[in-house]
Amino acid sequence: MNNLVILPILIPLLAAVLLIFMNKSIKLMRAFSAVSSLAAVAAAAVLAQTVFTDGIQTLYLGGWKPPFGIILVADQFASILALTTAIIGFATVLYSFRSIGEKRERFFYYPAVQFLLAGVSGAFLTGDLFNLFVFFEVLLMASYVLIVIGGTKIQLRESLKYIVFNIISSALFVIGVAYLYAVTGTLNMADLSVRISESGHAGLITVIAVLFLIVFGLKGGIFPLYFWMPGSYYAPPAAVSALFGALLTKVGMYAIARVFTLIFTQNAAYTHQLMVWLAALTIIFGVIGSIAYWDVQKIIIYNIVTAVGVILFGIAANTPASIEGSIYYLIHDMIIKGALFMLGGALFALAGTNSLKKMSGYMKTHPALGWMFMISAVSLAGIPPFSGFIGKLKIAEGGFTSGEFVITLLMLLSSLLVLYSVMKIFIYGFWGEEWKDAPRNRSVKGFIYPAAILLFLSLAVGIGTEFVAPYFHQAADTLIHPEKYIEAVLKE
Amino acid sequence: MNKQQTNDVILQTVTKVACFIILLFSFHLFFAGHNNPGGGFIAGLMTSSSFVLLLLAYDLKTVKNILPINFIYVAATGLFISVCTGIGSFVFGAQFLSHAFGYFHLPLLGKTELATAVLFDTGVYLVVVGVTMTIIQTIGERE
Repeated sequence: MNNLVILPILIPLLAAVLLIFMNKSIKLMRAFSAVSSLAAVAAAAVLAQTVFTDGIQTLYLGGWKPPFGIILVADQFASILALTTAIIGFATVLYSFRSIGEKRERFFYYPAVQFLLAGVSGAFLTGDLFNLFVFFEVLLMASYVLIVIGGTKIQLRESLKYIVFNIISSALFVIGVAYLYAVTGTLNMADLSVRISESGHAGLITVIAVLFLIVFGLKGGIFPLYFWMPGSYYAPPAAVSALFGALLTKVGMYAIARVFTLIFTQNAAYTHQLMVWLAALTIIFGVIGSIAYWDVQKIIIYNIVTAVGVILFGIAANTPASIEGSIYYLIHDMIIKGALFMLGGALFALAGTNSLKKMSGYMKTHPALGWMFMISAVSLAGIPPFSGFIGKLKIAEGGFTSGEFVITLLMLLSSLLVLYSVMKIFIYGFWGEEWKDAPRNRSVKGFIYPAAILLFLSLAVGIGTEFVAPYFHQAADTLIHPEKYIEAVLKE
Repeated sequence: MNKQQTNDVILQTVTKVACFIILLFSFHLFFAGHNNPGGGFIAGLMTSSSFVLLLLAYDLKTVKNILPINFIYVAATGLFISVCTGIGSFVFGAQFLSHAFGYFHLPLLGKTELATAVLFDTGVYLVVVGVTMTIIQTIGERE
């Protein structure tokens, strides 16, 4: 009996419902969504600390014992992800005050953000495959609203593509769940894990595993399935892109990490090798995209693809070090992508364009923005004192241990190109003479302090690695030893 | 709405009777849900179908006069009720969404089983009515 586990889902959900009633007063909506996001951060932090001291927390919804009832499971992996989600939600809400505009705020923008956060936290904390699907739908429905809200031409076009691809992937998800239910007769993840290791349908299970890889790959944007992402993340305003870029693809990566460490572990030689190759191709296509464009948003979006490839490679290499590295990199990437999108949005607000060829010299007028961009750029590439370093180091260590030398080197080389792509933004946007006919003297204060929160957090994770390492280590521990998870869920 | 009103005496007269029958049937479905086929979802759809029949027989403005309700708030109220039935578990120190029931002697009805699941279903009912009517009214309003 521990209702603490549901608080990171319940607080945004209740806030979303109450915000619908407040849509007459924008000030009230802003204040309430900031306060409730802060409360969600606090609840998730308490949960993470409780898991750290007392072990995996479970909640049997309605008091029904698993595998019969629905269960929420907070292991350290899920709870630090829920905490990161809550923090990014808080920063995005603050960022929205200045950037999103009254017209959108009036049309239920804040409730949609809270529904999205509830869906993402729910997807992290659930212990049941069908509930994972339902929470995916909750966050996707909210993201459909957020991508189309405002109703500009490009948003309408891109939201149509986004919705079509997501409906297809959701249908595949249901089909996958149906197959798995037909083979095993259960949907509880821990129970699934036990039954699959007992059953002899290795071939069938492998097929279902690949189907799930396709489904989560579509959600998470891995190599042949990322084609919807550049357009759809380009369309909405920066605050929404920050939320999407930081959270949505990462839920797909979380789902892959969860099911391929807990459920589909039987035929790892095949499935994990497939994932290794997909990861390598994802990294290659991500960096090609990011160095090809002269557009701030596009460069950041293709860096998401690269990061997804790196995380996937860490999971696929399947050694303790690489899985721990993946967790570090996942958290780091959520935070830093949020910050980068916010800073990119500030740059757009200043220059009125996303094209690098039409902006320059902002270092003189906006030094704070420039330095923050610089720090997030080197952090993204994984320069030692910053947060991106430790994750890549551990993934590389794991990659070499598992004998994937070529792809590990490829991943390390990709860091160079990632650094090149974001430094290109820095050099062309901030250095040089000031653009003559650019709009001048616009304050971007409201744009940079939410990004500053995320950057500070990223720096804290990077410099205080020693302090956060036990949490990450515990998170990796339950992924490497799924029997701990199963025992916590199915205990009498 | 801007075209000339046709003479629908028969449709409107039948609607006046049929609307209440459909509403009654939807309430029956709602309360039958625990032990027979039915429940909040289908009852909500049935209730909104009776409103849609009103919309067909009369026009948007008349129906808005009969039911001066903002259906977005109806959906939100439904969500609020459903979430609150879960939050009740915090008060009673039970697991989230725990279900309780008991037998009560009510006047007129006699011995009746009352369950908290009905409260949750009321939320579902209101959400379905609210969402369906919001969709139909907003599409109908567009010129």
